[in-house]
Amino acid sequence: MSVRDAGERRSLRLGDAGLLLLFVVLAWQALYEAVGEVALTPPVATLANAGALLRSPVFWGHAGATASAFTASLAIGAAAGVAAGLALGFRRFSGLVAEPILTSLYTLPKVTLYPLVLLVFGLGLSAKIAFGVMHGVIPVILFTMNAVRNVDPVHLKTARALNLTALQTAATILAPAVAPEIFTGLRVGFSLTLLGVIIGEMFASQRGLGFMIINGINTHNVPTMMAVILLIVAFAVAAGTLLLVADHKLHRRR
Amino acid sequence: MPATGDPRARLSGVTKVFDTGNRQGTVHALGPVDLDLAAGEFVTVVGPSGCGKTTLLETLAGLTSPSAGTVAFEGKPVLGKVPRGIGIVFQEDASLPWLTVWDNIAFGLRRAGLAADEIRARVDYAVSFMGLGAFAAAYPAQLSGGMRQRVCIARTLVLQPRLILLDEPFGALDQQTRLLMGDEVLRLWRETKASVLLITHAIDEAVMLADRVGILSARPGRFIELVETGWPASRSSRIVAEEAFGRLTAHIWSKLRVEAMKALGRVGEVSRAGP
Amino acid sequence: MSRVARAQLAVVCGFFAVLELLTRAGAIGPLTMIPPSAMAARLWTMLMDGEINAAMAQTFANVAIAFALSVGLGFAAGLTIHGLPRLRRLFDPLLASYYAVPFFVFYPLLIALFGLNRWPLVAIGLVFGAAAMVIATLNGLDRVPPVLRKLARAHGLGRAQAILLVVLPAAAPHLFTGLKLSLAYSFIGVIAGEFILSGSGLGHAIADAYDSFDNPTMYALMLFVVALAISLNAALHVWEQRMMARRSRR
Repeated sequence: MSVRDAGERRSLRLGDAGLLLLFVVLAWQALYEAVGEVALTPPVATLANAGALLRSPVFWGHAGATASAFTASLAIGAAAGVAAGLALGFRRFSGLVAEPILTSLYTLPKVTLYPLVLLVFGLGLSAKIAFGVMHGVIPVILFTMNAVRNVDPVHLKTARALNLTALQTAATILAPAVAPEIFTGLRVGFSLTLLGVIIGEMFASQRGLGFMIINGINTHNVPTMMAVILLIVAFAVAAGTLLLVADHKLHRRR
Repeated sequence: MPATGDPRARLSGVTKVFDTGNRQGTVHALGPVDLDLAAGEFVTVVGPSGCGKTTLLETLAGLTSPSAGTVAFEGKPVLGKVPRGIGIVFQEDASLPWLTVWDNIAFGLRRAGLAADEIRARVDYAVSFMGLGAFAAAYPAQLSGGMRQRVCIARTLVLQPRLILLDEPFGALDQQTRLLMGDEVLRLWRETKASVLLITHAIDEAVMLADRVGILSARPGRFIELVETGWPASRSSRIVAEEAFGRLTAHIWSKLRVEAMKALGRVGEVSRAGP
Repeated sequence: MSRVARAQLAVVCGFFAVLELLTRAGAIGPLTMIPPSAMAARLWTMLMDGEINAAMAQTFANVAIAFALSVGLGFAAGLTIHGLPRLRRLFDPLLASYYAVPFFVFYPLLIALFGLNRWPLVAIGLVFGAAAMVIATLNGLDRVPPVLRKLARAHGLGRAQAILLVVLPAAAPHLFTGLKLSLAYSFIGVIAGEFILSGSGLGHAIADAYDSFDNPTMYALMLFVVALAISLNAALHVWEQRMMARRSRR
């Protein structure tokens, strides 16, 4: 494919994205006209408020708190999820036993378990992190487990035919074979962990973006609430898109 | 009104050019190809991989429209729809996993709006004709690949088509099963008196089954030669033991070898050039 | 009962047994957690006295409405998006980051829109549940073997007939997954909405018990919600296995 075609397609796609954005903005404006300022602010004003937030040190303090809790949750969820997923993937029977239990846990309304988390961890950072991990870890486990299960047996036979050591097999056959699916699991875990941390901050914290939102709701500070939500959604969609592109690249290589 | 002189099916100057999607270009996949299929005739088409065999069949069926040229079935042009009277068996497993063998075979008949006892009679006949009696209530998942392909053949057979198109129907089966399935198709052909066009990459299969064998060139596929086999209608897979079979097979391979090498060489060029 | 099922039962029972032991022995204090048997006992009296009947009726009705709307609208949207590849390319990244958005923060907006009644909660359940159905529908339609679409044309089926007789049954396993997830997410959305913001329903009852330090009631309700989610899930799992057994023995 020539460079020109790629460029043309990209501009076509940008045009489509622009149309979608325009549609969202118009729908948003119409909603505002219908409902009024009690519940939301119009698009342009929200964007201006978000811009003002980005220049205020108070916002960055809260964003920093969310970022550190999110990073910690993600690191714990990823490490624990991949480890558990590998273990369950290699032990077929344990995997079969665990899978429906894990899916059930995944479908629980985890918000209702929040009081339990608070009673165990107390108010503060650790409760937020625990809540983020609770939301994000299960998809990581499930995707990792299935990645290991679906390794093509002929690849393992090839490793034996080539007399590779266990370490060599793990590094040159297993790791590349399971990496794309594990990445997908981490991508799904990323979104859910973010959700978990934000919800956690809505109850258990005096800091963080979730706290800013719930505070906005409680004090009827609609402009701040809307601006924070806009920034979170923008971050989630931007990160989600980048991860999705990377995900597609990883999968296409196979 | 179809004139009595019309062949069962006719391809005239059929060409297919695919748009690759990125504007860099188009791929000339097939043709121009001319072919007349007489009533009751069995024609097989062999060619190297990627020569447009499947495109040829799908164009004749009305699943793909030709870029140039015309297709006619019983004197009427084929335009973007599969005409009644043409039955198709695909290369891939097209059995419907949610239906039993019996219901799979009845699938097309039910769409055609036949009376229930007519459907039952035809399906029961096809089930026993294809040797599926013990599996009528089974689901495709419980059958072997060969059995599933029989289900697909039976599903086409019950519609009593006047032209049967088979696209490498035994491609996924082992050699011995293929020869036996070839016998089944011959039996079916004699029974239905339909015209048959069968696409294959296996030269022995092409020679054993056909009245005429069409040899396609490397892409874009064109007929290099149409070989008359001269077999009697009562032939079977035992024909492979005959001297004439060996001669025909050798002749077709001598024509195809160059084309197959071209097809391979093309692959080589592409991989050298990189993605 | 299979070996796997027995092991699963053992894991679940073992978990509750350990919890019972730890709480009875005092390793976990009564202010943190009460023994599962006490939760069950409290739940039993609550169910017998009918003190949560109203909350249950409200929550279940909301979940049912949200679920039905999720499946219907999600499926229709999935079908539409699948038919429009340009729209699809735009929606894929949005769907991928969809569940990162804490939608129940829009509860005040929904109240402004619908008023103080069940519909804001139903809307939250719908917003959660529909996306799962859209994603599953897209997945299912992507995986319909092209040869089956050709088969539909070879039999001269029209667009509607092809969808009804070939495409839908072929996509059924994925659509079923969508159904399961959609139910789970509708449930999550409604309960979470009640828990965080609303003044009624099971979710609110848990939050209320937490705020008034009524641990037995809170844990009894949690146990109820957890047991409900797990049994719904298990029932759908068994039904799915039965339905799909005959087609997946390949």
